[in-house]
Amino acid sequence: MHRIARSIVISAMILAAAPFHASAADLVVSAAASLSNAFAEIGKAYEVKHPGDKIVLNFAASDVLLKQIEQGAPADVFASADEATMDRAAQSNLVDTLTRKDFAGNTLVLIVGLSAKSPNSLNDLSAADYPHIAIGNPDSVPAGRYAKEALTSADGWEKLQSQIVPTQNVRQALDYVARDEAQAGFVYATDAQTQKDKVRVAMTVPTSTQVRYPIAVTRASKQVDLAKGFVDYVESADGRAILSRYGFSAP
Amino acid sequence: MMLSEAIVPLLLTLKVATLATVFASIVGIAVAKFLGRRRTFARDVVESLLTLPLVLPPTVLGYYLLVVLGHNGFFGAWLMRDFGISLIFTWQGAVIAAAVAAFPLTLRAARAAFSDVDAQLENAARTLGASESEVFFRVTFPLAWRGVLAGALLAFARAMGEFGATLMVAGSLPGRTQTLSLAIYDAVMAGDDARANALVIVSLVTAVVVLLIAARLLQRTQRMTLT
Repeated sequence: MHRIARSIVISAMILAAAPFHASAADLVVSAAASLSNAFAEIGKAYEVKHPGDKIVLNFAASDVLLKQIEQGAPADVFASADEATMDRAAQSNLVDTLTRKDFAGNTLVLIVGLSAKSPNSLNDLSAADYPHIAIGNPDSVPAGRYAKEALTSADGWEKLQSQIVPTQNVRQALDYVARDEAQAGFVYATDAQTQKDKVRVAMTVPTSTQVRYPIAVTRASKQVDLAKGFVDYVESADGRAILSRYGFSAP
Repeated sequence: MMLSEAIVPLLLTLKVATLATVFASIVGIAVAKFLGRRRTFARDVVESLLTLPLVLPPTVLGYYLLVVLGHNGFFGAWLMRDFGISLIFTWQGAVIAAAVAAFPLTLRAARAAFSDVDAQLENAARTLGASESEVFFRVTFPLAWRGVLAGALLAFARAMGEFGATLMVAGSLPGRTQTLSLAIYDAVMAGDDARANALVIVSLVTAVVVLLIAARLLQRTQRMTLT
């Protein structure tokens, strides 16, 4: 009995200690959900070039990441899907504005499920053909804000209220359309590309604000040089090549 | 934010949690009855499998519910084809998510309560000519129902707090499928702390009131059983 109790205590201690085992060279990068695939590869490529350094990636909607950083999450680098969120980070003095750069651009697209009709314009999204339209929640997801802006200027936002399914991040909107649960959705061109065989791009959605991704080192970072090194790598020819392979344009 | 804004998610939460508890209890009692008294290896395996919804992360549960109930899932496709019903993004879908998540609690409680009933009493009823359903409804259940009720209370609490599975199956549609826990999450994510706090207070008060009512009910039944 004692032996069992002791081994339980010891394994509990090992489990509890594990999260703190992270070495000093762990760099935490909080990046917008739409950057998931590209940053996963950039992180790996960076680790190959800098053996010993480890990139820890944290993906969520940009506002959620900002909220986490506000509350003291130990992020070293913040990459947002819009300027507005980075502006808020700068105003709250959460990022070092001298390190802020735009590193990529994107376009917003209207996607439809393979079995759904192809709309020709934003005004074709009738309730009969598209009972559910997935959009990142504009209160916390940049892709949703861009979509709301575009729909509002096309006079469609109010009309679509009963069809809109707000999602927690842009990838959830993509997933609902890929699963045919929503007939249409607003995501970035790069997101649509990751599910090419399940969703169809119906049209590029004009946005009055260009979709651009800013990146910056956080004020709370304890390894500023390392963080700057990663930001530089994202901007380097290697980083750009990976980003463009995933469909991101130059900023 | 006005407290009145919390009324819609509150009523929805109560509706979803109540219905989920009713479904989970009926199925839990039936399965507990079916599993019976005798412990066998096969029964332990079945019971473990049925307890999975409690052990699995709610998002995993939500994912599989989405796969099963969705337009391409076998159950969802059948519902759509034969009845024109779609459960995804509906409050009915939220009820199913919460019921599945809460079901192991009603099952476990009902099974424990049934096996605590003295088998001799049930046998006595049988010797007096009672059918199996009469034994269950007139002997076993009346003696076990406090344990069953305790399970239902836990199920209600679990259903009220359901988040992960509900989010995936029913979405977070304000006024339609956005329960209190989803509304709180949305408010926090949107940085609207005032709204989040107001919703938390509504949640807390509701939970305490429900628990108090439950305690009173249990106390009263205890007195009734003693006299």
